[in-house]
Amino acid sequence: MNLSRRWLEAFLRRPLDARDVADRMAMLGATVDSIEPIHADLGAIRIGLVEDVRPHPNADRLRIATVNDGTETRRNVVCGAPNVEPGRRYPFAPIGATLPGGLTIEKRKLRGEVSEGMLCSARELGMGQDHTGLWELETDAAPGTPLLEALPLDDDRLVVDVTPNRPDLLGHKGAARELAASYGATYRLPPIPGAESLDVLPAQRAAHEASTGGVRISIEDPDGCPRFHAAVIRGVRIGPSPEWLRRRLEAAGVRSISNVVDATNYVMLELNQPMHAYDLATLRGPALVARRARPGERLVTLDGVERAIDAETTVIADAERAVGIAGVMGGAETEVGDATTDIVLECAWFAPSRIRRARRAAGLSTEASYRFERGVDLWNGAEALRRCIELVLATAGGMLADAPVDCWPQQSHPPRSFLRLDRLTQVLGVELPLHTVEQHLVAIGATVVSKPEDRRIAVDVPGWRPDLRAEIDLIEEVARIHGYDEFPTALGRFRVGNLPDAPAFVAAAGVRRGLAGQGLLEAVTLPMVPEGGEGAVRLQNPLSTDYGWLRQSLLPGLVRQVELNWSNHVRDVRLFEIGTVFTRPSGRSAAELPLERICAAGVISGAREPAHWSGTGREDVDRWDLKGLFEAAVALAFPSASVQVEDASWVARTDDGRLVGRASRLDADAPPWAGAVYGFEVELDPSARPAPRVRALPVTPASERDLALLVPDHVSAAQVEARIRDAAGPLLERVEVLDEYRGGSLGAGLRSVAFRLTFRAPDRTLSAEEVDKAEARVLGALETNLEIRRRS
Amino acid sequence: MTDATGYPVLDELLTRLHRIDTLDAPGLEAEHIAVLGRKSGALTGAMKTLATLPPDERRAFGAAVNRVKARFEAAIADRRAALERSAKAQERTAADLTMPARRRWTGGEHPVTRVIDEICGIFRELGFAVAIGPEVETEWYNFLALNFPPDHPAMDQHDTLYVDAPPVEGERGGRQLLRTHTSPVQMRTLLTSPPPVRVVIPGMVYRNDPYDPSHAPAFAQIEGLAVDEGITFVDLKATLAHWARRFFAADTRVRFRPSYFPFTEPSAEMDVSCRLCGGGGCPACKGTGWMEVLGCGMVHPAVITNAGLDAERYTGFAFGMGPARMAMLRYGVTDIRQLYEGDMRFLEQVT
Repeated sequence: MNLSRRWLEAFLRRPLDARDVADRMAMLGATVDSIEPIHADLGAIRIGLVEDVRPHPNADRLRIATVNDGTETRRNVVCGAPNVEPGRRYPFAPIGATLPGGLTIEKRKLRGEVSEGMLCSARELGMGQDHTGLWELETDAAPGTPLLEALPLDDDRLVVDVTPNRPDLLGHKGAARELAASYGATYRLPPIPGAESLDVLPAQRAAHEASTGGVRISIEDPDGCPRFHAAVIRGVRIGPSPEWLRRRLEAAGVRSISNVVDATNYVMLELNQPMHAYDLATLRGPALVARRARPGERLVTLDGVERAIDAETTVIADAERAVGIAGVMGGAETEVGDATTDIVLECAWFAPSRIRRARRAAGLSTEASYRFERGVDLWNGAEALRRCIELVLATAGGMLADAPVDCWPQQSHPPRSFLRLDRLTQVLGVELPLHTVEQHLVAIGATVVSKPEDRRIAVDVPGWRPDLRAEIDLIEEVARIHGYDEFPTALGRFRVGNLPDAPAFVAAAGVRRGLAGQGLLEAVTLPMVPEGGEGAVRLQNPLSTDYGWLRQSLLPGLVRQVELNWSNHVRDVRLFEIGTVFTRPSGRSAAELPLERICAAGVISGAREPAHWSGTGREDVDRWDLKGLFEAAVALAFPSASVQVEDASWVARTDDGRLVGRASRLDADAPPWAGAVYGFEVELDPSARPAPRVRALPVTPASERDLALLVPDHVSAAQVEARIRDAAGPLLERVEVLDEYRGGSLGAGLRSVAFRLTFRAPDRTLSAEEVDKAEARVLGALETNLEIRRRS
Repeated sequence: MTDATGYPVLDELLTRLHRIDTLDAPGLEAEHIAVLGRKSGALTGAMKTLATLPPDERRAFGAAVNRVKARFEAAIADRRAALERSAKAQERTAADLTMPARRRWTGGEHPVTRVIDEICGIFRELGFAVAIGPEVETEWYNFLALNFPPDHPAMDQHDTLYVDAPPVEGERGGRQLLRTHTSPVQMRTLLTSPPPVRVVIPGMVYRNDPYDPSHAPAFAQIEGLAVDEGITFVDLKATLAHWARRFFAADTRVRFRPSYFPFTEPSAEMDVSCRLCGGGGCPACKGTGWMEVLGCGMVHPAVITNAGLDAERYTGFAFGMGPARMAMLRYGVTDIRQLYEGDMRFLEQVT
C-alpha cells in the first residue's frame, strides 16, 4: 500500500514528517519499506512572471518572452508554446537547472536569439501528460519563489507493508486513524473542493432487489455478494480530474485516467472500498445483477483479455450478460469512456474467500481483489458511495438521478466481544488500569461498555477491523496501542522444560564434530534434486524441474558440489553433509508421510594433504583413505553397524543385516586434470552412545612375531586375521598387516602378506616358549584350514 | 700423551678436544675411544698397569687415573654439548624460515550450523532443549493446527511446496507438503509432552521462492516455544532481549514492533540496533538504525486448544528466526546461494 504524506496531512490537518510517520507506523505494526520523495527533483524550478512577449525576428512559430525571475535582471526566453502571455506565471527553469527528465538548461541561441532559461510545460516537470502548452500556474506567489514553496507539489510516497490481518490500512483513512492515536490527535475526512454545498440523498435500504434512476439492482448470489450499493448519475462530462485529485492518486501510485474513474479509485485509496463505474448506455435492462456465472460464460475484461468464467465465480451482469468479474475487474464493453454521459456507481461487498477463489481461477490479481480478499468494511458502503457521488458531481458534473440503493438481504451488526481484565493481565504480564484499556480500544474505533463489577469490557468492534473477533484479538490491540516497548524486559522466574535434547540432534552434532575432525568441511545442499528413482518423493509444484524431487541420498548433491569446485579450478575437495533424505519404502501407502532419515555423507577428491615445497603432499587420496573415513563415519553415526566388503566396495550393515551405509568411488563429470571422487554415506542412529570404558594400561612387556604368509587371492586378509585370532588364544593382543607383496617368484594367484602379532599376558612376562607355542598353533591352523604357509 | 710417569697429560687432551669443531666428523668419538676405549684406550691401559705397581703406589696411582678419567669425561661431555649448541645455532641461521610451513587439511562446521549451535546454546542456558521433527508434513500440522484460517491470504506468505501424493487421512492429515516453518514441531511437542515445555526447534524449511541472492527454496530456521502456567508477554520480551544481548553484544538494544502471525497473538517483530552503524542509520538498516531479526508472539489460544491443552490455564510464547540470514550478517555473505554451493574457497574462509 502506498500512502501519500500530503493526503495523511489532509486527514490530520497538520504537517507531517515522512520519516516520523514511518517510525510511528512501524511501531504500530505496519512496516514502511521505503519512502519515495515525489517531485523533490523540482527544487531548482522557480515562479517566472512573463512581463512581455514579442515575436522572434527569425522564426514564425517562436516568440521571445521577458521573464521576471525575482532577480534584478530580466531574462529573455525563446519559447514555442502557444499560451505564453504577459502577466501570467509559469514554471521557470533558470540556467543550470536540471529537469526531471535529466535535461540541464544552458544558455543558448535559438535562431540567432539568446535564450536564458526555459518556461516549462507540466509534462516537462514530470506532472502528468499535458504538453499542449506551458503550465499556467494558479498562484500569486512572487516571481523567483521556488515552485515547491508556491504549490503543494512535493510529497512523499510511503510504501507500507500491510500484514494480511489489517485491511483497514489499505486506505488512507485507516492509516490516519492509527496516526491520530499515535499523535494523540483527531482526524477527519478531508473536504472535497466543490462538494461543500452538495446534499446527497441517503440510500434506500432494500433486501434482494431495488431500483434507482431506472436501473434494477439485484442480488441473486447473496453468499458471494451480501451487500450491494448503487447510484445513478446522469449528465456527467468525462474529462481530466482536477490537479489536487490527480496529485493524490499519483502520490499513491495510481495513474489518473478520467474524473469518473479517478473518483472510484480515490474512494478505494481513501476508504479501502473498491468501486466501479459503468456506462449506463451500455447496460442492457438496464440492470446490475450480482449472480453466479453461467456455464460457459465469457467476458472481455478491462485489460482487453477475453476470459472464461467458471460457475463458482460471482459476476456482475446486466439483464443479458456478465459485465464484470465481481470484486476483481470490470468488463471492457461497459467501461466509462470519453463519450459517456450517464453512469452507474457500484459499491458492493464481496465474500473474501469467493474473491480469493475467483482471482485465482482468473489468474488476475487487482487492487480491488486484493482488498476484498482481506476484508472491506461491510458497514461502510453508504459512506463510500456518498463520497464517490460527491467526487463525481464535483469533478464531472451531472445530477444524482435518484436516492442511491442499498440491497442487503441479511442485515447484521458488527460483532461484540468481551475482554476480561484478568485475562489481559495473564497474557501481557502487566496490570493496566481499566480507563487505559478503554482508551486504547476507543482509539482503534471500538465502542466500549465497561462492566467494572465483573471486571470485563463489552467491545463493539468497528466494521473496518474484521480481524478483531476473539478476546485475544482485543488484548493484542490494547498492547499494540499501549506500545510494546512500554512492557518491561526483566527476566523473571521460569520452570525449565521437561524434555531432553532430541537424541538425533545430539547424535548428529557428534558426527559433525567427528567428520570435521577428519578434515572435512561441512556443506549444505538443497534437498530438492532433478530426478528421483524407485521410492522417491516427487513434488507437485516444484520451482522448476531441477528441483522436482526430494533426495534419497546426499551424495548426488555433494558430487555436484565437487563438480562446481572443479569448474572453479579447485581440485582438492573434501566435503561432508548431515541432512535428511526422503523415501517411500515399498509397502508404505502413498497417503502416509514418507520415511525420513538423517544421513551423514562425505566426498573426497584430489590431494591427500596440502602440497609442500619439500615434496610431501603430492599424492591423491585413494580408496584406502575412503575406507578409513567410512569406518570412522560408521563408528560415529551408526556404532552398532559393521563395515563389510560387498560387490567390490564397502557397505555398513547392522547385526540383522540392514544396509545402513556404503562407500565407493563415484562417477562425476570430471575435467581431465581432476582426481577420482570417493564418497560415503551412512545413516544416523539416534540412540545414545555409551561412553567408552577404559581398559587398564598394560604393565607387562609384549612379544611380537612377524609372519610373512603366502595367501592365495581367493582368501581375504580378514579371513586370515580371523583364523589367526581363533588359533592364537587369549595371549594375542593385536594383529596388524605390515605389507603386501605380489609378483616376483610368488607366481600368479598368490601374494605375500606380512602380519605382526603382538602377544601379552596381563600378569607376567611371557616366556619365549609360550609365544613359540602360540605362533605354532597359528601356523598350524592357517595351514590346515586355509592352506596358507609361511613364506620361506 | 703420557708424561714421564706414563699418565695421559690432561691439558693436552683438553686442547685436542677443543680443536674438534664439528659433531659430524669422527674426531670426538675417536678421541673418546683413544682415551677410554676398552681395548686400547690410554687411560684404560694406564689402569691395566695398576696391577704391576707395588701395592703402596697402587692407591695413589688409581686415584690419580680416576681423577683424570672423570675430568676427561666431563670435558668430552661439555665439548659435545657445546658442539650441539653451535650446530643448532648454525641450523637456525642456515634454513630460510620464511619458507611455507607444512600444513594439514582442516575441517570445520558450516557457518549456518555454527550459528544454529550458538543460538541453541544460549537458549539451553534459559532452560530450553532442542526438538526436531519431520520435514514433510500434513496440512494440519503446518497450517490448520496453527490457526491458519483455511484459504486465507496469510497462506500467501507461505508459498508452499506440495508433495505429489494423496492427502493423509484422519483428523491431523490433509495434503502432504514441505513444512514452511518448523512450527509443526511445536504442535508435535505440545501433543506429546505436558507443560512446562521449553524447546528450540532448528531445521530445514521450504518455500516455493525463486532461487536468488536473497531467497533459497530451502533454508534453516530456528523456532522456539515456551508453554506453562503464568508465561506472559513480559517473559517473551525478557527472554528474547536476553538472547539478543548474548548473541550479538551486551550493549545491543532491542525493540518490539506489532506484527501478524496466525499462530501467535499478540504478535511482534523484534529488531536489534543495527550491527553495522550501531543505530545511527546506514544503508544496511535502510537508515532506520534497526535490523529485524525475528518474529515472535504469545501462542494463540487456538493453538494451545488444538494441542489439547486448557488455553485458560496455559499461556506461552513462540518465536522464529533465520540462522542463514544471521550467518550472512555475521560473516558478510551477500548472496545466500553461497551457503549452498560447497565452494571450498568459501568454506575454508568461514569454517
